[in-house]
Amino acid sequence: MTPPFADVVYFEPWWMQIAKAVVLFALGLQIVPLVLLYERKLLGRFQNRYGPNRVGPYGLAQPLADILKLLAKEQFRPRTSTGFLFVLAPVLSILTAAATFAIIPFSDTVDIFGTKTGLYGVDVSIGPLFLFAFGAIAFYGIMLGGYASGSKYSFLGSMRAAAQLISYEVAQGLAIVGVVITTGSLSLVDIAEHQAGMWFIVPQFAGFLIFLTASFAETNRIPFDLTEADGELVGGYNTEYGGGRFASYYFAEYLNVVVVAGITTTLFLGGWNLPAGLDPPHWVDPFVVLFKMFLIVTLFIWVRATLPRLRYDQLMSFGWKILLPLATLNVLATAIIVVVAD
Amino acid sequence: MPWNPGDDVIAVQRGPQPGGGGGAYRAFGETLRGLKTTLRRVTEGVTTLEYPEEKTAVYPRWRGRHRLHRFEDTGLEKCVGCSLCAAACPVDCIRVVAAENDPEERVSAGERYAAIYEINLSRCIFCGYCEVACPFDAITMGSDYELSDYNRSDLIFTKEMLLAEPLERTPLRAEGE
Repeated sequence: MTPPFADVVYFEPWWMQIAKAVVLFALGLQIVPLVLLYERKLLGRFQNRYGPNRVGPYGLAQPLADILKLLAKEQFRPRTSTGFLFVLAPVLSILTAAATFAIIPFSDTVDIFGTKTGLYGVDVSIGPLFLFAFGAIAFYGIMLGGYASGSKYSFLGSMRAAAQLISYEVAQGLAIVGVVITTGSLSLVDIAEHQAGMWFIVPQFAGFLIFLTASFAETNRIPFDLTEADGELVGGYNTEYGGGRFASYYFAEYLNVVVVAGITTTLFLGGWNLPAGLDPPHWVDPFVVLFKMFLIVTLFIWVRATLPRLRYDQLMSFGWKILLPLATLNVLATAIIVVVAD
Repeated sequence: MPWNPGDDVIAVQRGPQPGGGGGAYRAFGETLRGLKTTLRRVTEGVTTLEYPEEKTAVYPRWRGRHRLHRFEDTGLEKCVGCSLCAAACPVDCIRVVAAENDPEERVSAGERYAAIYEINLSRCIFCGYCEVACPFDAITMGSDYELSDYNRSDLIFTKEMLLAEPLERTPLRAEGE
């Protein structure tokens, strides 16, 4: 069992840590446009159409065009807004998303340039708690965005978003507890290593479903995209945002999807472990993780193409009356089984 | 409360009540069924017609841009400048100025011919009344529908433009296709 306070910097030299941070940030920055394009393409297929295919070969330059268009727009803010908060809020959103990206383990420690390096940003010994801590700060990105806009509709939207996020974070947290109890560690690397024999999706299937459902709500995805409801409302907390700041919110949203896919991969799909006793060399591991993340993102898009948006009271009663009791039952059952099996 | 159909209805078939454990179970099953349905759309493939490259063929009775016609054997214009089309036009977008035919050098088959024949396509509503009003089938509705332009004055089609073959032909559906 790892000690409660992590020796986070245990064996890596400082330059390796900086290099890792840069590589991870670049990776996250590269994945998001790909996810954006993939979502639009796949969503098109789900509706018997091509999706974007005009910009560049097969529409591959579409995200580039989108981002360029957003960045070329004028930065303005409503007269009633609170200036520095208005600017700060999208930054907070993007910061928390990027910070949580750091804890996804892509592999165990490997040997790079004679130094023992873990293929992850940090192996915090409080892994999921780190996720929820930054998730809690991410609320500020949304709340401040709505509040600082100085518009009552933005504010209402942000309140709605905050209520939804807080409700589903409870179920999401409880769904993880089963995994943590079984592993006996909060470190995501330990959790991933623990699944070498069997992935947690098998013994913790209920936990997996609850976590995934709550994650849909946490990342504001259909069927829980009440924060935006793009078909019905003008927008939510980001109504007053445009240009680069809106792009930041958008980017953070999709980075959150990627992060959730990574966390799900680590917690339930065995991280870099392959089934059937396959043990490839270490350089394959990140690709295994990326492939599993890709599958989860595909599921996210599939669900988006399928389910209609819930009503607000349905959203709340689903979160509190169904997901939360189920997650609690799951934790209880897991705890009893773990104690009896010991 | 569900809607009460009244006393004369003896039995009403209703779905199970939503909510509760059973409702959640059914909702889960229906979600899976929905996922299956959407996945089938992916396997079906796309039905997109990539418009500027591929065009839908129009039907024979499609009312597109007008055409003026000549007699095929003599090459004379069918229009005799009677202005019935202009009279029938509900939006007054047709302007006809008739002139007497010179017997030596005939333009149309009748006594008179249209010296000026203009259709303002930015006003035309493509109702086809002009085609119906014409006693000589001189004006018909063609099959062209790509009529956008940068300039309103470019949308006033003169007699020469209406008589000429369209530069780009719109595909035409066969009868019964």
